[in-house]
Amino acid sequence: MTVSSNTRLNGAYGLLKLTSNNMQLPEMMPGQFVQIEIPDSKTTFLRRPISICNVDTKRNELWLLVRDAGAGTHSLINTPASRTINVVLPLGNGFSTDLKPGSTPLLIGGGVGVAPMLYLGKYLQTIGIVPRFLLGARSEADLLLLDEFEKTGDVYVSTDDGSRGTPGIITLNPVLESNADIIYCCGPSPMMKAVASIARERMITCEVSLENMMACGLGACLCCVEKTVKGNTCVCTDGPVFNINQLLW
Amino acid sequence: MVKLNVDIAGLKLKNPVLTASGTFGYGEEFGDFIDLNRLGGFIVKGTTLEHREGNPYPRMHETPSGMLNAVGLQNKGVDYFIDNIYPRIKNLDTEIIVNVSGAKIPDYVAVCEKLNALDKIHAIEVNISCPNVKQGGMAFGTTCEGAAEVTRAVRKAFNGTLIVKLSPNVTSIADIARAVEYEGADSVSLINTLMGMAIDVERQKPYLSTITGGLSGPAVRPVAVRMVWQVAKAVKIPVIGLGGIMNGSDALEFIMAGARAVQVGTANFINPAATINIIDEITDYMERHNVSDINELVGII
Repeated sequence: MTVSSNTRLNGAYGLLKLTSNNMQLPEMMPGQFVQIEIPDSKTTFLRRPISICNVDTKRNELWLLVRDAGAGTHSLINTPASRTINVVLPLGNGFSTDLKPGSTPLLIGGGVGVAPMLYLGKYLQTIGIVPRFLLGARSEADLLLLDEFEKTGDVYVSTDDGSRGTPGIITLNPVLESNADIIYCCGPSPMMKAVASIARERMITCEVSLENMMACGLGACLCCVEKTVKGNTCVCTDGPVFNINQLLW
Repeated sequence: MVKLNVDIAGLKLKNPVLTASGTFGYGEEFGDFIDLNRLGGFIVKGTTLEHREGNPYPRMHETPSGMLNAVGLQNKGVDYFIDNIYPRIKNLDTEIIVNVSGAKIPDYVAVCEKLNALDKIHAIEVNISCPNVKQGGMAFGTTCEGAAEVTRAVRKAFNGTLIVKLSPNVTSIADIARAVEYEGADSVSLINTLMGMAIDVERQKPYLSTITGGLSGPAVRPVAVRMVWQVAKAVKIPVIGLGGIMNGSDALEFIMAGARAVQVGTANFINPAATINIIDEITDYMERHNVSDINELVGII
């Protein structure tokens, strides 16, 4: 695929848009991910699994939200436009999207974990559901793609330092006390665990997206396993989205 | 047309390119990317008598031109393989080689006896070199006596081609190779991963749950080529070479060092079509260098 644009969102994040001139992008479901080659890195050689942030079918464009978390992702957020990158896609299982009309889902994303929530929200919008997003970040400057989220649904914000929205961790946001028939969540593991425990208490269906370290992304290397009720399970092929009832959290 | 087919002690391969155990699942995982029938063969994940859960997460850490893994032989056991996986893959037009692991010699023997009854399994690879399990595994492969003992026992239980996979974590790999040749191994494959370790200095903790793991990828290739060269000079049985092969030229290094066939491992994680590219690149090389038969290149160094 070709890099159509690569925009630095703030110091630590980039929005990488990729397109293909000779291939129509296949159907991709919210929650699925891609394995992307790392260009120009001297120290890495595995691909990086990145969740699908959006698919713009009109422009045949794939959006990836990338956090500068190490040598590989650092190289990715610095890849110039028009560069060709090899991408394997789509991989894994996405979120459950067979919701009844009138459903009241809550989509929770923390940090770079907001990425799959945008595509999920846009997908729910196409089936007539107005998504509610709860987005968490360290501070206002770390809130990513806020305008895109606002175009897609109702947005609630929490920041650790209180610079925008409700101050404190995401689980203190009052929107969590409102009615929801399903919670989707992606973010740092402590945040997802805290959300899962609230969902459990309130008997709300909850799906989380895990980001265990992967090598192949195809279910061959068995490196990215999560302990589940079925034993060690590959996050790449059995996830990355899991119902919390499957997890030993 | 160049001749790519090779013979590993009676096991006929249409070309010398196999996949390394633990890097290619059961083949099916790669069916969307390549035509599996084009492979010389593939070696399935290490199979044990009983189901094994493997080691805790994290099991993998990327290193310069390589990766450490500590999967620990997670698999559903030989009976599950025979009942559920084998029927789905047995009619592929390629050789399916089962990698056999165990904690105790009677376990190896029991697995081999079960596999011996399957008509489409013409070869097994006995793993005496896994660095990631507490019992068995590499413990057998690091002494001549241990390697000989496993080989002797499984030789009686399996009639097809018996390949023994050697550990590089030894003083003299040629001595181990001679020991398993003496006990009736038809072939040796090498190298398994090199034992390694990496530390996250910020957290002041090892990256792997098991502290140590097995290093694979291009970082180990020069060590692997050297060991293949030494072993090929030491034994008469065919040698299968592996360790960080990413492309056709890497594969040819092993062949020139004395390998009759090669296995592609870590490369499958980066490029799921790596094996097919390697077959094409070997073919291209032979055409460029007017080599009509791949066997002419084996051990020319």
